[in-house]
Amino acid sequence: MDHAATPLADLPLDELIVCPQCDATYRLRRPKHGERATCSRCHTALITPRRNAGLQIIAVALAVLVLILGATVFPFLRIDAAGTSNAVSILDAALAFGGPMILLSLATAALIVFIPLLRVMLTLYVLIPVVLDRPPARHAIPAFRLSEGLRPWSMAEVFAIGCAVALVKVADLADVEFGPAFYMFGALVVLVIAQDRFLCKWSVWQSLEHPKKS
Amino acid sequence: MVSMAVSGTPEKILSARELGLVACTRCAKPWPMGTETCGRCGHNLISRDELSLQRVWAYWTVGLMCYIPANVYPMLLTRTLFQVDESTIIGGAIELAQYGNWGIAFIILFASVAIPLGKFFAVAYLALSVQLGWVTSQRRRHYLYEVVEYIGRWSMIDIFVVAILSSLVQLKTLASINPGTASIFFALSVIFTMLAAQAFDSRMIWDAQAKDEGPNHHD
Ligand SMILES: [Zn+2]
Ligand SMILES: [Zn+2]
Repeated sequence: MDHAATPLADLPLDELIVCPQCDATYRLRRPKHGERATCSRCHTALITPRRNAGLQIIAVALAVLVLILGATVFPFLRIDAAGTSNAVSILDAALAFGGPMILLSLATAALIVFIPLLRVMLTLYVLIPVVLDRPPARHAIPAFRLSEGLRPWSMAEVFAIGCAVALVKVADLADVEFGPAFYMFGALVVLVIAQDRFLCKWSVWQSLEHPKKS
Repeated sequence: MVSMAVSGTPEKILSARELGLVACTRCAKPWPMGTETCGRCGHNLISRDELSLQRVWAYWTVGLMCYIPANVYPMLLTRTLFQVDESTIIGGAIELAQYGNWGIAFIILFASVAIPLGKFFAVAYLALSVQLGWVTSQRRRHYLYEVVEYIGRWSMIDIFVVAILSSLVQLKTLASINPGTASIFFALSVIFTMLAAQAFDSRMIWDAQAKDEGPNHHD
């Protein structure tokens, strides 16, 4: 691929990459493992390959799956004041808006539990065959596209920070105890952020487009 | 970090559109202009979304309209042994400040007032700058766009705090907290502002430059 002088317009489309944010077109140059290829105009990361990224993402996704399921069912906060107490799980919190605000409850449950869960499962579904050098799973391409489209609506980590703010607010009203799920949710935040950093979308698309024949 | 451009040569960056290509915004692959869906990922291909700005303004308007009742109606209904307290977003922050919790009052005002208002201004500024065809400060405007996109979802914190408080603080006769009407308007406002930011086609920030850039351009 050493024809730097060739004008972009004369290169085959397979050797071009376009920044999705600003439309700048570049000759495709694959960075080494651990390097990041960025758009020189708007600095969007274009290709961010990492060694064993697939395995790392699968491990993190499995951990996230367990954590979401655990944190959803077990109580994560418990409050005590003058003899009365109350313990809530994340699903309880999501369903706090009753009556006419039931839609808000459904939206909250989707944003903090169901969408993150769906994204994790889609990620596992798409990446496991890729990492095992198998042909892609059926409908892997729309599955990965859906997963990427849902990214901004997956708000588990926003909810976790919300927990911290809520605790400060009730601290002077009552004693608050953290349940096991609270720490699980803390771990979840770190893992979700790690997962987004490990994942090189371009590499996934590339391997879905040119699957290794087994 | 590796820059995609060939190093050392400050060559003019060409957009896919100038090369007669349309790029997939999901998977970054170019196709000949006129291709309708991406052959790699199946995403719809649109070189520049002509209706983008109309959708931005539509979502923006709905978001702003929801933000007003979000501040007028109470966000939290707090019932303790002796009194029922209905506090709006700003009222709640002022109350905290009166009790000496300046830090938290500031955080709430920042997260629920300064950031939402800032987002409305930023989206309007970006949309206007594209409509008026500005050629300056692309880099700064693109950065502003990324900040708005990133910050959008964090505004949901307020709703989650209300959800946690209302489910947690249910201590029979002693005290209880329930969500107020403002919470649904606030959530809608956040969601519509997120949709407005997503509808904005950031590639248009760079088009004006591509058109007007002469040989003497300095960056
Ligand atoms: Zn770019
Ligand atoms: Zn595509």
